[in-house]
Amino acid sequence: MDFPGNTIIDIRGMSFSRGSRTIFDDINIKVPRGKVTAIMGPSGTGKTTLLKLIGGQLKPDSGEILLEGKNIPRLSRSELFLARERMGMLFQSGALFTDMSVYDNVAFPIRVHTELSEEMIRDVVLMKLNAVGLRGAAQLMPSELSGGMARRVALARAIALDPDIVMYDEPFTGQDPIAMGVLVNLIRRLNQALGHTSIIVSHDIQETLGIADYVYLVADGRVIAEGTPQSLAEVDSDKVRQFIQGLPDGPVPFHYPAPDYLQELLQEAR
Amino acid sequence: MLDRIQRLGHRGLSRLAAYGRAGHILFQSIVARPEPATMFPLLLKQLYFVGVLSLIIIVVSGAFIGMVLGLQGYTILVDYGSEQAVGQMVALSLVRELAPVVTALLFAGRAGSALTAEIGLMKATEQLASLEMIGVDPLRRVIAPRFWAGFISMPLLTMIFAVVGVWGGAIVAVDWLGIYEGSFWANMQHSVDFRDDVLNGVIKSIVFGFVVTWIAVFEGYDCVPTSEGISQATTRTVVYSSLAVLGLDFILTALMFGEL
Repeated sequence: MDFPGNTIIDIRGMSFSRGSRTIFDDINIKVPRGKVTAIMGPSGTGKTTLLKLIGGQLKPDSGEILLEGKNIPRLSRSELFLARERMGMLFQSGALFTDMSVYDNVAFPIRVHTELSEEMIRDVVLMKLNAVGLRGAAQLMPSELSGGMARRVALARAIALDPDIVMYDEPFTGQDPIAMGVLVNLIRRLNQALGHTSIIVSHDIQETLGIADYVYLVADGRVIAEGTPQSLAEVDSDKVRQFIQGLPDGPVPFHYPAPDYLQELLQEAR
Repeated sequence: MLDRIQRLGHRGLSRLAAYGRAGHILFQSIVARPEPATMFPLLLKQLYFVGVLSLIIIVVSGAFIGMVLGLQGYTILVDYGSEQAVGQMVALSLVRELAPVVTALLFAGRAGSALTAEIGLMKATEQLASLEMIGVDPLRRVIAPRFWAGFISMPLLTMIFAVVGVWGGAIVAVDWLGIYEGSFWANMQHSVDFRDDVLNGVIKSIVFGFVVTWIAVFEGYDCVPTSEGISQATTRTVVYSSLAVLGLDFILTALMFGEL
């Protein structure tokens, strides 16, 4: 779909492969500004790789990744670092710096990229931590946090510089239901309050569909379906239905390719 | 047969690629656009971890090696009635060879492995990737201070090792075995040359510091980010740097003392 005049990231005809394995084959994705866009698909379809491509940590084999018209893979090292100042990324593991306290983790990007006084940095950090509900944990070390808390701190760090784009890599994986609910709420609320563009990569269907404005379904290196969460439910495709409804068997088989079951059982042990 | 040649070629190519990456990391982190102002506090912290925390193992090893040298030297030299020369023997073997080599080996085991494991774990927990996404170059933020810390620490540790070793030798030879103190120190002073012996030993330690730290940070940065990958990288750091130190020591010795 086109979002006329309102596309912040435009991926055009992008292909990427690792060794002999093709991860993306001529893929086209447009991310609308100020909305929550979800990129979903089964594990191993390269969703995290897609975020790394957008962040310029990997380079595609061909095609363009345009951030407001600027082609990310063609940027020089310094231009790329400048572009990254406009992006925040929430890593799957949180990726907090283990040798710094929660406070210093959130303050880190501000200290690196701005000339603000420590007093102002303190205000900003406390505001960000308050937004994720962890102002009281400012002096803790990352090793003292639970998984859900670590991810919220990482979220506070990702939005520390008020980026235009926030990328979430599997934000709900491995969270208990309460932490999951908190994160779902936070992502939606922060998106509305701060007006940034959110890109969520996930395979947690219900949570992601609940907050996404627009969804891309990726499988086998291609976009197999796209649309609003409501329109996706009506897509007439076995693959899409299997994924959305979480059916164990379908076009994506339950079994890894294997020789005939009975024959293999009857075969003498070698 | 063809398979073997193919494997050999593949191994050769991947080894060459690794050398290329190692050179790239070194260049990007220390040669290209250094930022002394931001790096200085980070460097101080790493000097503490890499250098100061290695002091105990260096001092204790230096003392014992000096003491053993004094004892062994005495038992050999006393047969020829020249036990007065034990001072010069202890000092020369320490300053020329043992201090740089043993310090480098201990450093590889104590600090090199720690550097590799730390950087490898930062890679596995996506801390390096998140630095990049924050817009900070991990080569300059993480690798450069660690590299310089190792490079600076090694010669200092080597000198401390040599001094403590000489002191250990003196305790055994003079205080325990009763060699006349005056001849012990006078012989040493007479035979140890500053340029030929002390300076050459320091040059060796500078070369070892460069190589060991380079191997350690490269193995960490280039490791497979899994628990198995990190453990293999740590092992490689110790093995490669030990071999490199011993091999380079022979080459440097041949260059420095081959004509004496």
